[in-house]
Amino acid sequence: MDLVSSQGLRIDGRRPNELRKIRCKLGVFSQPEGSAYLEQGNTKVLAAVYGPHQTKGSRSKAIHDAAIVNCQYSMATFSTNERKRRPRGDLKSTEMTLHLKQAMQASIKTDLYPYSQIDIYLEVLQADGGNYCACVNAATLALIDAGIPLKEYVIACSASLGNGDVPLIDVSHLEETMGGSNLTVAVLPLSGQIAVLEMSQKFHIDHLPVVLNEALNGCRRIYEILDEYVKTHLNEIGTIAGWAKSDF
Amino acid sequence: MDQSICINLAVERVNTSVPTREQPCKLFTPGEIIFLQSDFMRGHGTYPEDDVLKASVAGVVEQIGKLISVKPLKNRYNGEVGDVVVGRIIEVTQKRWKVDTNSRLDSILLLSSVNLPGGELRRRSVEDEQMMRKYLIEGDLVSAEVQSIFADGSLSLHTRSFTYGKLSQGILVKVYPALVKRSKTHFHNLPCGASIILGKNGFIWISPTVSDANSSGGFTQNLDQKVLKGDREVIARLRNCILALAASKIPLYSTSILYAYEESEKYQLAELLNPESMLDIAILTQQKIQMMEDF
Repeated sequence: MDLVSSQGLRIDGRRPNELRKIRCKLGVFSQPEGSAYLEQGNTKVLAAVYGPHQTKGSRSKAIHDAAIVNCQYSMATFSTNERKRRPRGDLKSTEMTLHLKQAMQASIKTDLYPYSQIDIYLEVLQADGGNYCACVNAATLALIDAGIPLKEYVIACSASLGNGDVPLIDVSHLEETMGGSNLTVAVLPLSGQIAVLEMSQKFHIDHLPVVLNEALNGCRRIYEILDEYVKTHLNEIGTIAGWAKSDF
Repeated sequence: MDQSICINLAVERVNTSVPTREQPCKLFTPGEIIFLQSDFMRGHGTYPEDDVLKASVAGVVEQIGKLISVKPLKNRYNGEVGDVVVGRIIEVTQKRWKVDTNSRLDSILLLSSVNLPGGELRRRSVEDEQMMRKYLIEGDLVSAEVQSIFADGSLSLHTRSFTYGKLSQGILVKVYPALVKRSKTHFHNLPCGASIILGKNGFIWISPTVSDANSSGGFTQNLDQKVLKGDREVIARLRNCILALAASKIPLYSTSILYAYEESEKYQLAELLNPESMLDIAILTQQKIQMMEDF
């Protein structure tokens, strides 16, 4: 079965360069400093950010000129088709955690918070492909909600190849399993710097630039969507707090 | 006693935003360029890159002379010297208490910057150090003032006044630090019959009004005193009003809290926990504040 039909549509009815519907909400919890909920199609993720606070546990962990970024990726047991046995701690989650940490550290201005720690907790409620991308995007939103200084947004997007040479972006679970190799990239979209780049399998050298370029385009579009949402959200809650009196 | 329990569906969740007549303002998000020239001083929430000034948090720009800063709505408490804070003791160590003040690092209350019982100023002896646990132990709440800020950004507190000290009976409410408006005094004896300490760090302490001024300061904790039911109801109502205002992001200061308290009179105490009535109070308070501003 082809991933792209003769009419140029994918299995879920999207065009090859079309993103899934993104819906998000900031400030979903009251206890953490920042929190966000993000849906990309059927992939649903909750993110919570605690901190910056004093490092917990042994003092030797604290860094004298930067904050520690601590991530935890977990998938709810009901998030996949087959019920998961444990939500975190398996090899895949540990790897995800490391990649998330790398992406978040690329953007957070950790040098402003010596001896501190920032905790980012991510929970996948429903997994339908692109879990890593949704997690990075949700974590960015939660960090913005927490008021933690960032260089800029970190946005992740996945891309793959369909029918041998058609680049597809924002790959769903079905396409991930049916299709070929899958590329995930996390970037700082304004400056174009790449924080994380990962491929599930080898790409042909001729295809890589095309697919990477499509993924970067996807990141920029996700950035625009999220940025617009952040601004409307802040306007909604900020004007009442006396922001409108700012005469800038 | 039967009580109705209100559990809303997620889709029926009340939108807590209160309508205002204020125009939406220009917002900046992380990475956005504020200025192309670099002849400005960079404040909090900004960073320079390639001769341009960029925002690092999402919020509005504040300009004071040449100093440009971006103010986010929510963040951890950024201490400033002279702020009144409420904090909780989390550790007793050599010559100092560690205090949780919702700041990014634990604050420190030095033994030498408290007024010990007895009143007179003297050197702190070894006996005083051994007695530290008698004055304040882990879990105690204190009101204090920020004395100075250490190089790593942690705060040094002091309680060298009778207005500050250990807190005894009351309720602690935690809100976002940015919601507490700076004012001349953060200690209020509200006419409704309760005292309130608006900690600049977002910790708000509500307690019954104590008539005897001397007993509030220092390290006395009067736990035997019975707080009458009427007082407790006033305190609980104030707490619910503060939470209602905080949910709708209305700045907290004595006037706004009093207005909310007046508006809440029509509700039963328990009804104030419903999202609908919380929003109603927030809207009515906001209208009243705007009316007063127009005069």
